[in-house]
Amino acid sequence: MARLIPAGVRPWRGVVLGAAGLYFLVPLIAALVFTVDVPGQGFTLDSYTQIFSADGFTTALLLSLGLGLTTVALALLLTLPAALAVRLSGSGRLRSVLEVVCTLPLVVPPVALVAGIGTVLKWGPDHLATTPLYETFVAVQDPDFPVVLVLAYVVMALPFVYRSLEAGLRAVDVRTLVEAARDLGASWPRAIVSVVLPNLRTALLNASFLALALVLGEFTVAQLLGFQPFAVWIVQASGSNAQLSVAVSLLSLVLTWVLLLALTAVFRTRAARSARAPRSDKTKKEAGA
Amino acid sequence: MTSSLITSSSSGAGAATDVRRPRRRGLKAPGPWLAALPLLAFVALAFGLPAVAMFNGALTVNGSYGLGNLDQSLHGAYRTALLGSLKLAAVTAGIGSVLGLLLAQAVVTSRGRALREAVLTASGVLANFGGVPLAFAFVATLGNAGVLTTRLGLDRHGWSLYSFWGLTLTYLYFLVPLMVLTVAPALDGLRPQWREAALNSGASAWQYWRHVGIPVLLPTLLGGFVLLFGSAFAAYATAAAMVGSSVPLVTLQIADALSGNVLIGQENVALALSLDMILVAALVMAVHLPLQRRSARWLA
Repeated sequence: MARLIPAGVRPWRGVVLGAAGLYFLVPLIAALVFTVDVPGQGFTLDSYTQIFSADGFTTALLLSLGLGLTTVALALLLTLPAALAVRLSGSGRLRSVLEVVCTLPLVVPPVALVAGIGTVLKWGPDHLATTPLYETFVAVQDPDFPVVLVLAYVVMALPFVYRSLEAGLRAVDVRTLVEAARDLGASWPRAIVSVVLPNLRTALLNASFLALALVLGEFTVAQLLGFQPFAVWIVQASGSNAQLSVAVSLLSLVLTWVLLLALTAVFRTRAARSARAPRSDKTKKEAGA
Repeated sequence: MTSSLITSSSSGAGAATDVRRPRRRGLKAPGPWLAALPLLAFVALAFGLPAVAMFNGALTVNGSYGLGNLDQSLHGAYRTALLGSLKLAAVTAGIGSVLGLLLAQAVVTSRGRALREAVLTASGVLANFGGVPLAFAFVATLGNAGVLTTRLGLDRHGWSLYSFWGLTLTYLYFLVPLMVLTVAPALDGLRPQWREAALNSGASAWQYWRHVGIPVLLPTLLGGFVLLFGSAFAAYATAAAMVGSSVPLVTLQIADALSGNVLIGQENVALALSLDMILVAALVMAVHLPLQRRSARWLA
């Protein structure tokens, strides 16, 4: 196959890859140089050693991580049953409804979404002050864990999560898998958990990546609603210390990267294990029965 | 256990005739709409409610319905900002689509599996590396005191990061990877057999691309362009952290109006601007979705 590709293509590929490599690496390297080579001070690692003692850093980071994990969990919990139902039932109507529902958030830019959410949140003090609903409005805006951000983030992540799952489901014949599992006596939950989900590994992983990365870097909604997760904190910090904010930016990229790689590794080992597992699992079950 | 007995007896007629599958309980899923209900309810609450509030506010002038806010949002500084955003989105999406396609093709056709995985993983990370950290990385590189600016004396040549082209260069950092992620599966979907068939029938590489490759890819490419346009149009964080308001953009205007930095009572104009943005984005989607469906037909 490879031999069919004309030989002339190769230098072209090298140029493209080289240019892309430069474009994507130079800002990272330059940012690193910027943080360690401070004018008037020479080489110093102060920007990095200061980070953990910086005011509010840990709080902001933990808040972002918490928001991210909650968002991933909620998004998957909501989307997976829906996407599976479409695939298993083959219902064209449900499919088109979900497609529209999961595409609409793409049509609304985060700034516009936050404008809408802000308006709704103002209903609390304006109209609902005397009703029990008011407590809910206050609770979702708790600065320690603003649930309203999770709601917004799930909405924003929905198109990406749904699409990854859809693509993953399209790649495997879920119907046959479930039919086979059910024929062999598996219950519905078991058929989903031990037959369908392992086949959706990559899709689930992609969906989680996208959602998590989205939340960790999210700035617009959080800033305009007045909360202070990671991205908002960096901007606040940049006012007093440019080097520090660049250093944290770099670290956040590295952190995201490490997180994604770690997740990949976890999923890989689980994949390898589950490739061997079914047999022993089955024998155990039969012995038990 | 009891429930399984009930289900098997309720589908007993079917099961009885099928001797080889005595434990069959039928494949009928619990109502598909029921499974989708939580999602639909959630979207209605977390998305529908704000959307209604926004429409309502955008169309409310001094307590009664009217188009005053929308009219105001299309004039003066608001109009400049809207046009600025459209131009930035079109330019960055155009450049990003071409570069993304080239990069994806280079990666997809390479034999190194490691290179491919590395680029796709990196694209996944970088496509989401918009926002604040990106702005700061570029400020550190090409800003006023940036490493490249000071070492290469770029400012003497009239370079400024806090300009239209500075923003373009910065946006490409997440748009190109986004395009790579979008077109790589489509490029993978180009069956080698098609190419072999074309080449065996005496077509040149160019003819293969002209008559097979590009037509099959076109929906994906246009779809990708539109996706990039949408993301650049909606971007706020990078611009807010980097240029402040030196480049007129609609997202910056909305944020200003929302946070009350301008005249009091402009909140509804902000909502009207949001509505403008949604109309543009809706138009974009109206183009994107049919294209995506078309490309799915070929590449499924």
